[in-house]
Amino acid sequence: MNAWFSQHRAALASAFRRLWSTPLNTVLSLLVIGIALTLPGFGYVLLDNLRDLGNNASGVQQISLFMNLDADKKDIGEIENRLKQAATGKWRFVPKEEALKRMQASEDMAEIVASLPRNPLPDAFIVEPTNSEPEALEILRKEIAGWPKVAHVQLDSAWVKRFDAFLKLAKLALWMLAGIFAAGLVAVTFNTIRLQVLAQAAEIEVARMIGATDAFIRRPFYYFGALQGALGGLLAAGLVFGALTLLAEPVGELAALYGGSFSLHVPGAIEVAALAAIGAFLGWLGAQLSVSLSLRKFD
Amino acid sequence: MIVASNLSKRYPGGYEALKDISFEISAGQMVFITGHSGAGKSTLVKLIASIERPTAGSLVVNGQNLSALRRSAIPYVRRHLGMVFQDQKLLFDRSALDNVLLPLQIAGLPRREAIRRASAALDKVGLLAREKANPIALSGGEQQRLAIARAVVNRPTVLLADEPTGNLDSDSAVNRPTVLLADEPTGNLDSDSAADILEIFAEFHQVGVTVVVATHDQSWIERYHPNVLRLDHGRLVA
Repeated sequence: MNAWFSQHRAALASAFRRLWSTPLNTVLSLLVIGIALTLPGFGYVLLDNLRDLGNNASGVQQISLFMNLDADKKDIGEIENRLKQAATGKWRFVPKEEALKRMQASEDMAEIVASLPRNPLPDAFIVEPTNSEPEALEILRKEIAGWPKVAHVQLDSAWVKRFDAFLKLAKLALWMLAGIFAAGLVAVTFNTIRLQVLAQAAEIEVARMIGATDAFIRRPFYYFGALQGALGGLLAAGLVFGALTLLAEPVGELAALYGGSFSLHVPGAIEVAALAAIGAFLGWLGAQLSVSLSLRKFD
Repeated sequence: MIVASNLSKRYPGGYEALKDISFEISAGQMVFITGHSGAGKSTLVKLIASIERPTAGSLVVNGQNLSALRRSAIPYVRRHLGMVFQDQKLLFDRSALDNVLLPLQIAGLPRREAIRRASAALDKVGLLAREKANPIALSGGEQQRLAIARAVVNRPTVLLADEPTGNLDSDSAVNRPTVLLADEPTGNLDSDSAADILEIFAEFHQVGVTVVVATHDQSWIERYHPNVLRLDHGRLVA
């Protein structure tokens, strides 16, 4: 156990030394890895913010329920009961008199309303469901449409749907982008490690001759790949953090102009750790592939 | 300690380097493998070090049958073997001490203990004062002694050397007066360095290490009277 621990520590130390001994190469590699991880990382945080924006925009996910014109008090009571039972969220009743009054209050509509012989408006309910998932809204709409004396149910969620579709598309694009950059990162590590194996051919040969196991020879390269990837991930987290900090104020101002209050949230400790872990994993993967291929010629 | 039975080695292409040889080296013996160039000395050394595998027959070293060894078991067999190569295979990107430390790092020794042992090994071959030097700054003889220190630092049961003085010649050609060159009957020009090296092997033999040296140099045999395995075109003749 002690020997195992000291060998791992030695491999890690050797990986640090190798990074440190070629500062220019290290900086360039870290920049490549960092930038490759920044773009998907930035996209992820941005999508996360947009999703919050979609969820916060209340008053949009409404269902308008219009009664038949011949519906009476009893029918309205029935619908109220059903809404209570369904426990779908907040709702309020808009009687036809109130709807007419509102129309009269509007300057453009006042004349038209005055010329009408009788009130053409139906009684209505405005429902604000607690579950705002587009699918759930659609199910609720269909259910309400089947209730007695309901003339029409309107789901005011067309743009919610569109927004959701956009988020889905953006997410897919992000995954594709992330896949491409991940492959790039693996390739960068692959090449770095390949050059290292070539540079250390003498050491590898001697170590083999005097009883080094494969694991002993491979270990420093794995640590190097993982370490380089993790540092690249941290650099990427720093870049995302910097970009969002720069954007925060203009975005806040823009939101204020539209009368809303929206603030970008920056990546937290978990997101930073995740970026470093993803970088480390991809670096390790590149090292693994590279060492397996490069060490074949020593057999 | 080392037992060969009907051992043969045929290289791809059909060249037969060793033909049906059998011998036994017991623990603590000092054995020289001799023969002309191409007789199969190096091949035999490589088989003992499990750098190559026999094509027929069996070779048992330290109780392990090398012809039936799994690839993953080879490193552990080599750790019981101190190997001195003809071309030394020193690493020039680190100090003499770090070269000697390598086998101990591979074995996973704690660093403090490893440094203590490596220093002792360097002291034994008379290089303690040069422990911080890069091997490239050492003379040919010193490099070979460094290689021996690396081979013995792990306290192997067998010390195996392939032409350990083979390339000390060029070094001595610079250092020695040309008039003596003509007097050397064996063609080994650096007799001082070579004698030093051999003396070190003899010391390890005296403390119980099995020493196997492949050499074409007859003068050594006259001096030390070791057991001799003489090879001729891949066959054992003595």
